[in-house]
Amino acid sequence: MSLLKLADVTIRYGRLTAVRSVSLSLAEGEILFITGPNGAGKSSLLRAIAGVTPPAGGRIDFADHDVTGRAPEDIARLGLSMVPEGRDVFGSLTIEENLLVGTGMHAGERGWRARAASALEEVYATFPILKDRRNAQAGLLSGGQQQMLVIGRALMTNPRLIAIDEPSLGLAPNITDQVYERLIALRRQRALTLLIVEQSSTRAMMVGGRMILMRGGQVMMDGDASAMGQSEAMQDAYFGYGEH
Amino acid sequence: MSAILQILFDALSLGSLYALGALGIALIFGVMRLVNFAHGDVIAFSIFALLWPSTDAVAVIFAGNLPWFLLVPFVLVMGAGLSVLAEITVFRRFRKASPATMMIASFALGFVIRYFLLMLFSSRPKSISLLPALSQPVEILGARIPLLQVITIAVTVAILFGLTSFLKRTRFGLEMRAAAENFTMARVLGVRANRVIMGAFALSGALAAAIGLILGSQTGTADIQMGANVMLMAFIATVIGGLGSLPGAVIAGFLLGAASVVMQVTLPIDARPFRDAFVYGAVILVLIFRPQGLLAARGTKERV
Repeated sequence: MSLLKLADVTIRYGRLTAVRSVSLSLAEGEILFITGPNGAGKSSLLRAIAGVTPPAGGRIDFADHDVTGRAPEDIARLGLSMVPEGRDVFGSLTIEENLLVGTGMHAGERGWRARAASALEEVYATFPILKDRRNAQAGLLSGGQQQMLVIGRALMTNPRLIAIDEPSLGLAPNITDQVYERLIALRRQRALTLLIVEQSSTRAMMVGGRMILMRGGQVMMDGDASAMGQSEAMQDAYFGYGEH
Repeated sequence: MSAILQILFDALSLGSLYALGALGIALIFGVMRLVNFAHGDVIAFSIFALLWPSTDAVAVIFAGNLPWFLLVPFVLVMGAGLSVLAEITVFRRFRKASPATMMIASFALGFVIRYFLLMLFSSRPKSISLLPALSQPVEILGARIPLLQVITIAVTVAILFGLTSFLKRTRFGLEMRAAAENFTMARVLGVRANRVIMGAFALSGALAAAIGLILGSQTGTADIQMGANVMLMAFIATVIGGLGSLPGAVIAGFLLGAASVVMQVTLPIDARPFRDAFVYGAVILVLIFRPQGLLAARGTKERV
């Protein structure tokens, strides 16, 4: 049973076609990496899934609902949480306020803070640094801390699927290691489904799981990350050798 | 001493009006990047809602004779209601339009409201006696201050505290602050766009109505142009304060009020008719040195 299913999804910005007729499906509990060079359409695909950019064509199903063209807040309510590239913390809000933004949709006005408290404790247990600085302005955090904050913020919505755009962007390698360590642990604890966009396939090979390679708005390869990473076909697909 | 006290109260009460106006504009700008030029007409509308349509110079009272504890909520609801109606019928259709398009739409809406009032009430200002008890002066440390000024300042301070704790402590306030900083990200986290925007319009409309109440009590007239001057000053205050920054809008509103009053008493007699020119000159100076406003708002960067 697939949790997320894309059929012939096409995304256009004006006359530019960013994603061309992409189909893929993702099972509950699976981990899927989408890799590919700059401009491959990876981020566009993620934004379409989250409802930020409605696709020009095709159909997206999530959790047994047709979510094509639905509003982001509706898709979030079905249990999909997207973490955009560049992290997008609410810089003027405190860390705790950032975490609480996403809890509103599951609770009424009265006592929502109390109801959010257990989720908050859980996130703080995973990322103790956030607890230490919970009253600090989120804009003052380092890049790695912000990355943990946005992952924590996504977790607060109690999602079934987290879609993360380039979690390693701008982070030192050892910080990236930490981020991935937490992600993988979380996936195990909560039976989370993960959709991760990364430019390079190295991380996918290290973590394992399924990998899709995109280039020019299309899926070039789909398979097991560790097997694919070594192959010469993968290199060709990534850089576009053999087409000239 | 009493003269200084008088100036202080004048400055604070005028500043209160500008601050409330600026807050109403900044709230909507924060969530949808719309500079709502119809705000001044909402101010006028909420006072005219107290009257029966007529073209006489003396107003025919409709709800204006209600006791104050019913009259004040009535006016606030009128302002909030018109503002929410404007969101649903006009601005919702322009959500994805450029800020310039939305601004022009707000001008158009302002004209529609103004000419609607013109049609029903004519352009002649009407004398009304709104909350007449407030025109009594009170004595504070030897200075005779109109009670209305004291109430204006007290109400403004209460509104500022109330709004701050609403934004800080409630779920809806948190969602509104998040949406003002990054609307798309807030929606991705499940914040309902329509609710937040309608809430901002309702608050903004109620603030406009509060200004209408103060102006109506102060001048004793209902005039379809009554909101125009406050709207202009309030808009300038939001720009100086840093568009979208609520504290900035409030501070700049009070500064503008203070500048106007202080210039009124310190400029040479011959220059006083040109007071506003000096105030706007000061505004230009501020913007030369701080083009982003006193407190630059966050969230002016690229959206998700």
